[in-house]
Parts: sequence; structure tokens; C-alpha cells
Amino acid sequence: MMEALISFGGTVLSMLKDVLPIAAILIGFQVLVLRRPLRNPLRIAAGLVFVLLGLALFLEGLELALFPLGRLMAEQLTLPSFVLGEGVTDITGFHWTDYVWVYVFAAAIGFATTVAEPALIAVSIKANQVSGGTITVNGLRFAVAVGVAVGVALGTFRIVTGTPLHWYIIAGYVIVIAQTMKAPRAIIPLAYDSGGVTTSTVTVPLVAALGLGLAETIPGRSALLDGFGLIAFASLFPMISVMAYAQISEWRSKRAREANSED
Amino acid sequence: MKALLIQFARSLRQSFQDLLPIILVIAFFQLVVLRQPVPQFGQILAGGLMVLVGLSLFVQGLQMALFPLGEDMAYDFVRKGNLFLLLLFAFTLGFGTTVAEPALIAIAEEASEIAATGGVIEDVREARERYATGLRLVVALAVGFALLVGVIRILKGWPVQYLIIGGYIGVVIMTAFAPKEIIGIAYDSGGVTTSTVTVPLVAALGIGLANTIRGRDPLIDGFGLIAFASLTPMIFVMAYGMFF
Repeated sequence: MMEALISFGGTVLSMLKDVLPIAAILIGFQVLVLRRPLRNPLRIAAGLVFVLLGLALFLEGLELALFPLGRLMAEQLTLPSFVLGEGVTDITGFHWTDYVWVYVFAAAIGFATTVAEPALIAVSIKANQVSGGTITVNGLRFAVAVGVAVGVALGTFRIVTGTPLHWYIIAGYVIVIAQTMKAPRAIIPLAYDSGGVTTSTVTVPLVAALGLGLAETIPGRSALLDGFGLIAFASLFPMISVMAYAQISEWRSKRAREANSED
Repeated sequence: MKALLIQFARSLRQSFQDLLPIILVIAFFQLVVLRQPVPQFGQILAGGLMVLVGLSLFVQGLQMALFPLGEDMAYDFVRKGNLFLLLLFAFTLGFGTTVAEPALIAIAEEASEIAATGGVIEDVREARERYATGLRLVVALAVGFALLVGVIRILKGWPVQYLIIGGYIGVVIMTAFAPKEIIGIAYDSGGVTTSTVTVPLVAALGIGLANTIRGRDPLIDGFGLIAFASLTPMIFVMAYGMFF
């Protein structure tokens, strides 16, 4: 119990270190530059305490419940004895299909952690307010989570096969550019933004553990060179999936309109 | 007070729904695929409850503090009408929130080890520390620059895609010339710069600006700041790898 309290105190402290510079910049500009008192200072102070305590509890809880188990699972799924069968301790010859459970796990955990990502929840709430309800909070999060799932699964496939990272990223950019020309104009900034918000608190530690586990057990891969890059996949593919989501909704409403006018 | 409690209860239920997929995925892989018992069930339950309450508190605080702060400040800056001060604020916010970011500190340390083993810098502690600090400053500069350009873009009403696609082309060209060791780190550094506290604040700032300035649409012009903040670090870090 004592240990848990000390560890929680440590998390609150490190959160404070994270939040204090932000608070200092905001208050500094508010008081010295704008020279305007804060509106509702009490409510804002209470809200900031909520943010601080909430994030500290969130991170500490993840550290207790999700991260050890997730890391252990990533390790077990990449063990030669699991991938190639009982008794195998060394990977010499393998086919990329041997790692099918790794891809499934990567996609599933990428999807699930993205849905719980606090920064994405924040952006979805704003997008919902600003769009007057056309973009739903859960619809946007679902689209982003599908993108992360595809991205992380493809990223683990890349580590297994050892193909160069930049070819995937460049191909992804080409798709993004092609979609940008066709997608509804209003979705584009939001789609670009959703690439940056997917990878913060929940997704990164688990995905990084999976990448490192793979890079360490497969011969010829370097943990330092190949372990990186998964996060880049997780930031790229949500742009594609969010634009695709908007394109599909537009196409469906257009088809519905055409069907109506034919009647 | 009572209204606050009801709101909190609703937010708890929503948070439970948000966390349900993780519980299902972990349970499926642990019990069906790996066929292992769940270790330390009590600890996991306690941690799960903390995550639940923490997420609900965060969402509550978001609506009470971070969103109104960002939007009010955007409104005040537009009313004050001083472009230089607004841009200074944007740069300071980007630089100040990034330079202390724990995820970035971790990545910078790993990068300095890679550079040392790759023979880019001397493998002594001093050289590695200098490299890591340099990298952190470069990424923080990149994010400050990103918010600066992003705010100018909102004021002018430029379409976001020209700037972002231009940036991507820059990334692709630089990938061809940058040292191999830095590419993975550069690509990842774009993803780690935007923290959970910064994102809502920056989103609210952009939307506040777009709402206050006549002729700007909050959906088309308000979003996009975070995209800039994830793009510029890639370019800056590759440049760092090329010139140092």
C-alpha cells in the first residue's frame, strides 16, 4: 500500500513537471501580455487539478494493469517456441505467415488502445462541436482506430520481413496525397490532425514493446534500427482511414440521393 | 454539486465503454491464444479502476479548463490585434511544452546511443549527452516553428494541404540524403511531440482563432495545428542528422 502511494506520488510529480511549463506559459501571457484576468479562475483551477490528477491516475493504473501484461504478451507472442512450435529455441528458417498471431495482436491492441487515447477523445469532442454533430465522437474515433490497427499490423509485418521503412512511408504519403485531391474539403485538416493525436499515452508503450520484442528475436534485425518506425505507421494510416471514412459517407449519401431522384 | 456528480457518473460509464475493447483484447489473447492464467488479478483490477476514474477526471477537466483556456486566449489575442505577440505565444507554447516532454527525452537518449554505436559521434558520455540535448532542442524548435506557421496559416486562410503535402515532399527528399540511422528516429519523433495536455489546448487555440476571425471556418481552418507539429520534427531531425 505504502509502495503504491509513493509510486502514485512520483507520477503526480512527473505530471506536474509536464504541466507546469504549460501553465507558466499560459499564465505568463495572460497576465503580462494580454493583461486580462482569467474568466472563471476557480473553475479553471479546479479543471486543471482534474486534468493533473486524472492523467496521473490514468498512467499509474496503466502501469499497474495494462503495461506489464501487454509487454509480457508481446514477449510471449514473439518467442520462437510460440511462433514455430514447442521446443524451438532458435529461429533460423521461417515464413512471414508464421507470425500471423503477432499481426492479429498488433491490429487488435492498436485498435483498442486508440479508442481509449485521451488526446483523441479531446479532438473528437471538439470536432463534434465544431461540425454541428455531422462528425460523431465515436465515428471519428472508430475511423482513427481502424487506421492505427492497419498501420501497426503492417508495421510488424515490415519488421518480420525486414523490408525498408521508407518505402512504406512514401507509399502511404502517395495515397494521402491522392485522397486529399478527392476527399471532401472539410475533413482534410481533421484527418491530418488525427495522425498526430493517435500516438500518445496508451498506444506507444505497448506498440514499442511489440516492435522491440520482434526485432530482438528475429535474426538479422537490430532492435535499435528496426524497433523504431512502428509509431510512424500508427500516425500515417489514420489520415488515410479518416479520409476514407469521409469519402465512403459522401459516396453513400450521393448514391442515396441518386436513388431518390430516380423514383 | 449534484449536477457535477451526475455528470461524473455519466462520464465514468462512457470511460468504461472506452476501455472495454482493451479488456476484451487482453482477455482473448491471454486465455484463448496464449492459454495462460491472468497473473495478479487483484493488482490488475485495482489498476483498471484507477484508469477508469483517471480518464473520467481528465475528460471533465478538459471541458472545464483546457478547452476554455485555449479558446479564451485565442479570442483575447485577436481582440488585442497584436500579430507579433500572438506569434510569440504560439512559438513559446510549442517550444515550451515540447522541450520538457518525457517521451521526447526517452527517444533522444536512445537516439544518442544509436549515433554513438554507429560511429556518428564519439562513444563517450559527454558527447552522447550533448547529442541528446541538441536533438531535444531541435525537436522543440520544430514544434514552436510548426505552431507559428500554423497560426499564420489560420490568419491567412491558406488551405492546409498545400503546406502539409509540401512538407511531405520535403520529408521524402530528405530521406534520400539523411543518414540511415536517423530516419526511424526522425519518423517517430513526429509522433511523440504532441502530448495529452498539449493537444486539447492547441486544438482549442486553433478553433478559437478560426471562430473569432471573420471568414474562417472552424472545421476547415481551425484544425491542422497538430498536423504541423507532427510534420516539422521529422524534417528538423533529419536535418540535424545530416549536419551534425
